[in-house]
Amino acid sequence: MADPPKFDKKSRYTADRGIPGGFEGETVTRRRLMEGGAQLAGGVAVAAIALPGLGFALGPVFEDTTPTRWQDVGTEDDFDDESYVPRVINLVPEVGDPGKTTVYLRRYDQRRDASVEGQEPQPYVCISTRCTHVGCPVRYIQASQKFLCPCHGGVYGFEGQVEGGPPVRPLDRFYTRVTAGRVEVGDRFSVNSEFERFSPRDPSNHLDGGWQYLYPSRPTT
Amino acid sequence: MKLPAPPLPRALRPTPPRPGENGRDGAPAAKPTAKDQAVEGAATVVGWLDERTGSTPFLRGFLYRKVPKGTNWFYTLGSATMFAFLSQAVTGVFLAMYYEPDPTRAYESAARITNEVFLGELVRGMHRWGSTVMIILVFLHMGRTFFFGAYKYPRELNWVIGVVLLVLTLAMGLTGYLLPFDQRSFWATVVAVNINSSGPIVGPYLADFLRAGAEFGPTTISRFYALHMLAIPGLIAALIGAHLYLVAKLGTTAPPWLKAEKKDLLTEEV
Repeated sequence: MADPPKFDKKSRYTADRGIPGGFEGETVTRRRLMEGGAQLAGGVAVAAIALPGLGFALGPVFEDTTPTRWQDVGTEDDFDDESYVPRVINLVPEVGDPGKTTVYLRRYDQRRDASVEGQEPQPYVCISTRCTHVGCPVRYIQASQKFLCPCHGGVYGFEGQVEGGPPVRPLDRFYTRVTAGRVEVGDRFSVNSEFERFSPRDPSNHLDGGWQYLYPSRPTT
Repeated sequence: MKLPAPPLPRALRPTPPRPGENGRDGAPAAKPTAKDQAVEGAATVVGWLDERTGSTPFLRGFLYRKVPKGTNWFYTLGSATMFAFLSQAVTGVFLAMYYEPDPTRAYESAARITNEVFLGELVRGMHRWGSTVMIILVFLHMGRTFFFGAYKYPRELNWVIGVVLLVLTLAMGLTGYLLPFDQRSFWATVVAVNINSSGPIVGPYLADFLRAGAEFGPTTISRFYALHMLAIPGLIAALIGAHLYLVAKLGTTAPPWLKAEKKDLLTEEV
């Protein structure tokens, strides 16, 4: 009678321990497979909860939340090319007063305003009052024909170009159009110091030279 | 060491057993008084809990740690910061019962807390001034750690956790500042978010995340509210737990003006 084969009860490998189905050359032990499986299942379960939650919180970063909205601001006779007329438009109607902002309008002046090659000028120049430093509201002073920011002393010239203080680019503008004699204001756009149009950027974002690549356009605008 | 007897009124002082009731020489023992029964009952409850949780060794190690000679009042700044946080948490929960995180209702509900709700002015004031106190205490605690050299080996990780707690505390200040929703808090938040936006590459996206869009929108205030009362306090509480665990595990340092002695380096805390 032959001796029964001797097994090493302490080995990690099934073949050594004589477990049915064990085979030589086993690379992954049963225990390791079970551990890995349990960890994988746990990871899938956590991801199933965490990823949708994260996407839920981050969603607005990838979503265009500012639909185009043309707003009537008056007749063509209300504006001239000599001075700015303030108007209040509603950027975010859902939030009430905080969604409103003042803009300054005047007619486009071919002699005065800089023209940019390849870009059709807007019929009316509509200047945003959001300072391009950190976003305080600027005010137009007719006597000096300048826009002044109360927070940190930003000074902008008649066309919105930076003339002093910390702002990094000219004041933003809004698209304008004339429909049946009425002037309408649309989306915001940003300009660099040459008055080239860019998609709207946050205050503090540079748009000149190499700086512009540090502040990319965003899916929200 | 025998402590002096507390100056109790006569009725509350422990009375010695009368002759014949002291249980000696065959006399009957005194019946347990209501006070004896209360003490016995409390001891039974504590014993029941301790037997099932084994918390006594842990609590003894945690609360009756040995501390170095020279431990002084500056060592209480960390606890003071933690109690400031707990005060903020409690008053914040009560404020949340009346506050409405909606752009059209926030200012009115905050004004209502101050003007109409019973003791609302006090609770809101505690929360508002408590935030300032907490930030001052955080910096004093950080200064104590720095000037006493308590950040050195093996306590570097606790310094790192403390710095994360500092940043989270400042983030609490930032997100909480919007909630009254008056002119000052609105424009301060606009400026703060735009400062975030000035960071290269990620800045504009971070600003979009904070605002939930390109403009200050209908969900911005509820987003700040959720961060202010759920996300950041949870993180702070968890990290305070880790911070305290490391303090208990590693012990505190002696002040730098104390020279190392050969023996009796540690002294029992009384």
